[in-house]
Amino acid sequence: MDFLHGLRVVEPANEQEVSAALLCANRDGLAVIPRGGGTKLDWGNPPARAGLILSTARLNRIIEHAWADLTVTVEAGCTVADLQHALAIRGQRLALDALWPERATVGGILSVNDSGALRLTYGGLRDLIIGITLVLADGTIARSGGKVVKNVAGYDLPKLATGALGTLGVITQAIFRLHPLPRNTRTLTLDCADIDSAQALLLTLQGSNVAHTALQVRLGGSMAPKMDILLEGTDAGMEAQEARIRGLARVTLIEKGDTSIWRAREELTAGGAFSKLSVLPANIATTVSAIERTGDPEWYAVFYANGIGWLSLNAPLNELRVEVEAGGGSLFVLRRSPAQARMDTWGETGDALPLMRAIKSQFDPNGTLNPGRFAGGI
Amino acid sequence: MSSTLLAPAILDELRSVVDPRGLLTARDELRTYECDGLTNFRVAPGAVALPVSTEQVQALVRICHRARIPFVARGAGTGLSGGALPTAGGLLISLARMNRILEVDLPNARVVVEPGVINQEVTAKIAHARYFYAPDPSSQSVCSIGGNVAENSGGAHCLKYGFTTTHVLALEVVLPDGSLVHIGKKTPDAPGFDLPGIFVGSEGTLGIATRITLRIVKRPECIQTLLAAFHSTNEAGAAVSGIIAAGMLPAAIELMDNLAIHAAEAAVHAHYPDCGGLLLVELDGPEAEVRALMEQVGQICRDHGAWEIRVAQTETERTLVWKGRKAAFASVGRISPNYLVQDGVIPRTMLPEVLNEIERMGAESGLRVANVFHAGDGNLHPLVLYDSRIPGQESAAMAVSEKILELCIEKGGSITGEHGVGVEKKHMMSKMFAEPDLQTMQRVRCAFDPLQLSNPAKIFPRPRLCGERAGEYKPHSVEVAGLAERF
Repeated sequence: MDFLHGLRVVEPANEQEVSAALLCANRDGLAVIPRGGGTKLDWGNPPARAGLILSTARLNRIIEHAWADLTVTVEAGCTVADLQHALAIRGQRLALDALWPERATVGGILSVNDSGALRLTYGGLRDLIIGITLVLADGTIARSGGKVVKNVAGYDLPKLATGALGTLGVITQAIFRLHPLPRNTRTLTLDCADIDSAQALLLTLQGSNVAHTALQVRLGGSMAPKMDILLEGTDAGMEAQEARIRGLARVTLIEKGDTSIWRAREELTAGGAFSKLSVLPANIATTVSAIERTGDPEWYAVFYANGIGWLSLNAPLNELRVEVEAGGGSLFVLRRSPAQARMDTWGETGDALPLMRAIKSQFDPNGTLNPGRFAGGI
Repeated sequence: MSSTLLAPAILDELRSVVDPRGLLTARDELRTYECDGLTNFRVAPGAVALPVSTEQVQALVRICHRARIPFVARGAGTGLSGGALPTAGGLLISLARMNRILEVDLPNARVVVEPGVINQEVTAKIAHARYFYAPDPSSQSVCSIGGNVAENSGGAHCLKYGFTTTHVLALEVVLPDGSLVHIGKKTPDAPGFDLPGIFVGSEGTLGIATRITLRIVKRPECIQTLLAAFHSTNEAGAAVSGIIAAGMLPAAIELMDNLAIHAAEAAVHAHYPDCGGLLLVELDGPEAEVRALMEQVGQICRDHGAWEIRVAQTETERTLVWKGRKAAFASVGRISPNYLVQDGVIPRTMLPEVLNEIERMGAESGLRVANVFHAGDGNLHPLVLYDSRIPGQESAAMAVSEKILELCIEKGGSITGEHGVGVEKKHMMSKMFAEPDLQTMQRVRCAFDPLQLSNPAKIFPRPRLCGERAGEYKPHSVEVAGLAERF
């Protein structure tokens, strides 16, 4: 991240200081790059300008864990792992398996809208966040949402800020709905002959009344597909479901996997270039064919049952993106190989781009926050 | 005789967009549209248009934009906050005739509908394949998906399944200037801002949805509904906390007090036990799981003083149990000539003290308050009963209603969980939010609708001045100087 080299870093201690720092930067024409744990600073396009790094490192408190109400109010700089440890004391969790939780922060995962395998059952961050404090480029401190799970008072700014890559404001605080930790979990892993049989089984399971919490398919250029299925609940419930899965899968060899395979996408991202895909669940096999057509045998991918996938591949991705977008999906180039150096991270925004620009212009008319890093040059 | 304030030339132009029966201007026809489910606010629109296509909606909105005529979109008109209340002399656009289900994609669990499709029709269309559309407002047999989108409607089962916003993947939207945009995708995480996230629940103030892509859900293998009778709502409320503390996530937890039970009994004979607090807990999922957990729920209820417990097993029994609950608002009409329904939300743990306080407020004003709640998520629906023929009762009822909402704010909650702010509660917004919060929300309004023509004067107590340059991108001086590029 050469563009960040030598930049001044401000570490505000509270939201008033965030507000003051942004006010000054905005006035003086300094572009601000917000930073949480620094794990995803290379995501998005390189900024058009960068004058200051605003770190949330000191905004790391858990303000209130209202465990009986299953909610938590937490500052943006708190790491996901610290949050989860605190919640676990009361047998609860933020039901989201984020990348690199030991370093990634609440504000960071919100800004990139990170999600993993658990999204199939518990939804993404947009479904888990219920309140937000946002500091705008002009220093305005704005709260939206609240501490209750069900709330339709006013516009849903928590959703607008989720996945906005910090381009609308700096997130200083978030309120989440929580879920109880599961009583028991069981991970089943089974081998599939090829991607077509994996695709068929995935759709069969999704269309059945098996209530698995998560399902992923791991495969690669030199690895036949393996399917992992996560069950949660009572022993009696899991036993019955496992029997049903065996019946539907028609395979006898099902191993009880260990939970570390649910961090498979973390391994995938350790090896250099990677992308995120979002395709229709029924299009996973055709997407894999398109991946194979890039001609690069050195690829590895994890697809979740909701059609969101993570791909490690160094070949150019232009044709794959065209194909994925034609099928109603998206491809995000998050860490580029040399062959992907000139690719835009985001891809097609369609006819909604003028509207997105208008929103950006209302929130940050000077282009102070992360200019140029987001979709459509925002 | 026509009651319109719209110029004849404009009416002719609007009429040329829709078919001859697609524009209503006669006073008796307009009367049908002068209010929604919140009947104590009434305003006659200048005209009512009933378009049948996206193109017609666009053409109507373009005329409004050019002539600066405010417009209000309306679905089935069942809203309870005046969200579809017309603007005097403005155009009311009813989406009732755009009621086709356009696409059903079972492998990907998606359905594409027009806004006038009735909520329950979505489930009816896919029930054969054992799928359902999860958001289930009590009015689901008559309310429209377009209206659900505007209000981000919930329902009893959103405790587990989420709200309308959880189930909307993409929308085709006619913006307030008549242009057409496609926001979101059939797949999650479309590049750019989460525009469906901000559009759903914006109460018709950001434009008109003309096509909506919904996520549908596989029907669980087993559904069981437990009915537990307690001596008081406090005991029932404590049992709710017990269930949540035990780490369960039921599909629904509903609570009714004695007055609400009597009303429901009078209306639909659901055979509810006559008790101080009735709890309704629904669990769904794999059969073995549901059976094991239902036993625990029963035990928790008994531990908290339940003196009668029934479990509805068959579909018929379940339907009857739910019929009583879903009819609760309407059935209050059996025990009181008039009533106001509120929609406050509190953190669940505040339930006992808030209920006691509501009871005290009612007693103090000499009015009865019936209570029905989505107890699992703290969403209260107090029904303040009154008789409009008795002088002073209506205003007393409104005062109690407002005090209840103030109490919800004081306890860290919200003034609305699923009915929307509309016109009814906009003055309460400044009690819940600070001015910078409301001004920030309205920056979104300015981006979508700088002229504020789409459902004006709703949600926000004070409109934001959008400024002449709203919506335009102002390049930074460095870029103007050619030192940097945006892309």
